[in-house]
Amino acid sequence: MTDTLVRQTSRPTTRPAAPARRRTALPYVLLLPAVGVLLLGLGYPVYWQVVTSLQEYGLAQQFGQPPTFVGLDNYARIFTAESLWAVVVRSVLFCLVNAFLTVGVGVGFALLMRAVGRVVRVVIQVSLLLAWATPMVASVTVWRWLFDWRTGVVNWLLVQVGFDGYAGHNWLAQPLSFFFVATVIIVWMSVPFVALSVFAGLTQVPDEVLEAARIDGANGRQTLRHILLPMIRPVLAIVLLLQIIWDLRVFAQIRLLQDSGAPVSDTNLLGNFIFELGIGRQDFAGAAAVSIFVLLLTIALSWPYVRSLMREQA
Amino acid sequence: MSAPTAARVRRRARRILVSLVGLVAAAVWAFPVYWMVLSALTPNARLRSATPSFWPTHPTWHNITSVVSGPSFGPALRMSLAVTGVTVVAVLVFAFLAALAISRYRFAGRRSFVLAVLFIQMLPAEGLFIAQYKMLSSTGALNSVIGISVLYTASVVPFTVWMLRGFVAGVPVELEEAAMVDGLSRFQAFLRITLPLLAPGLVASGVYAFLQAWNEFTVALVALPSESAQTLPLWLRSFLAASVNRGVNWAEVMAASALLAVPVIVFFLFVQNRMTSGLVSGAVKG
Repeated sequence: MTDTLVRQTSRPTTRPAAPARRRTALPYVLLLPAVGVLLLGLGYPVYWQVVTSLQEYGLAQQFGQPPTFVGLDNYARIFTAESLWAVVVRSVLFCLVNAFLTVGVGVGFALLMRAVGRVVRVVIQVSLLLAWATPMVASVTVWRWLFDWRTGVVNWLLVQVGFDGYAGHNWLAQPLSFFFVATVIIVWMSVPFVALSVFAGLTQVPDEVLEAARIDGANGRQTLRHILLPMIRPVLAIVLLLQIIWDLRVFAQIRLLQDSGAPVSDTNLLGNFIFELGIGRQDFAGAAAVSIFVLLLTIALSWPYVRSLMREQA
Repeated sequence: MSAPTAARVRRRARRILVSLVGLVAAAVWAFPVYWMVLSALTPNARLRSATPSFWPTHPTWHNITSVVSGPSFGPALRMSLAVTGVTVVAVLVFAFLAALAISRYRFAGRRSFVLAVLFIQMLPAEGLFIAQYKMLSSTGALNSVIGISVLYTASVVPFTVWMLRGFVAGVPVELEEAAMVDGLSRFQAFLRITLPLLAPGLVASGVYAFLQAWNEFTVALVALPSESAQTLPLWLRSFLAASVNRGVNWAEVMAASALLAVPVIVFFLFVQNRMTSGLVSGAVKG
């Protein structure tokens, strides 16, 4: 699965091409459209956010008055509010639970795929791809139907198993069970990527190593702990890091689940908080300050991932 | 029974058990997708009954046709097609040129560009969408195809540059030069030799851009606030929201979900190899 790219990238002789030494403006011309659209679509918004987060941006400014520079006042105002910290704590907890759960289940799937025969493995792969391929909005919609309080399959199943209390149970009305449903959805959506990546990593472990372990008398568990897991650690680390970064920014799933009448202020995560502050309450300076915080956090977390990609390419 | 045979029986039992666990896990993971398609093909009255049926007993196209002929589906489909089309074309052209620059030339600022691209692809839409909303609203580009396409292109270009860079690097320059020795111009050599070899990469990048633009919800939520400018994901959300108060018609909602999801699933199965390998190739190799 990974061969093609690995092969392409690990052949340094073809990359710094022969005509490259000539001094020419051509590469800059080639980069122009990409750089242009990045500056317009992302660069300007970042710049606007930095400036706005340092300004007073109230109603008067909405109506054309020139904004006044207020230094870090917006940051102080937002970050001393208890409401923000409740959201931050909730987001971090939600992110860690989801990321570790996803990686755990994903590794389980990968080991399972390694243990079964070819046919069963293909069946597992296809069902993982189905889950992965379903558009996010469609996935959340299906899960809302599965968890529907009246005729949803989940409640029906729980009643069949003997939990009669779940007849007509509304999962999305309480924050805790709301986040349980959100976790189920996000883990379901994210596991395929982890499982297939880790499985690809497992297939790269040389057979000789495993055979040597077997000859030395290692049993299944010992092989897993002392051979397989250490050898796929780079993949595991990257995949866990990506999950943490992605789960910290969960917004849409929460927003869509809130449509079923969940208590909004108790279920907001960071993205939802920014959305409400900015679009809802028109507090653009405050929203900009929180956005800058989220961006800085993402860059800090992305550092190891980007470094590992750069090492491969540079 | 001799000892080796007993061991073989035990191993065999274990293998069957593991296979069973695998099949159950696969069934659990595929179930929501199956349930979406099944519900889309089931009359709503049947879905409202107390015991769900897990097989298609009375399949019907009625839900699908009723959703497709509804007043809001056509405009949303056209909007989605327009935004996705513009994004895919822009992404392919821009990313291809940039990939050419960074994999065929050494120049001052190359490393910083690659570094910037890698960081930018990690930036969350949630950390930018307020500013993007203000930018579009102050230029009157809210609810417009071009406004949201610029945002989509900017967010998809970084990863596609990274993906195409590998493909471009995989085509040896010597091949192009050999064609030029044989009398082709540089442009002809590029057109006849390099471009065909890059076709798989361009297709994969195009499908990736398609998936991103087609599925996107978050940026669309702020950039397309008007009901008449909705893309399909926004349309699906309002479709469900519209019926929440008067008892959801889940059959039609699932038909709507399936209409959004099925083309995507087909495309996805086609492109996923490239995507996994692009994201973790460094780690797998290390």
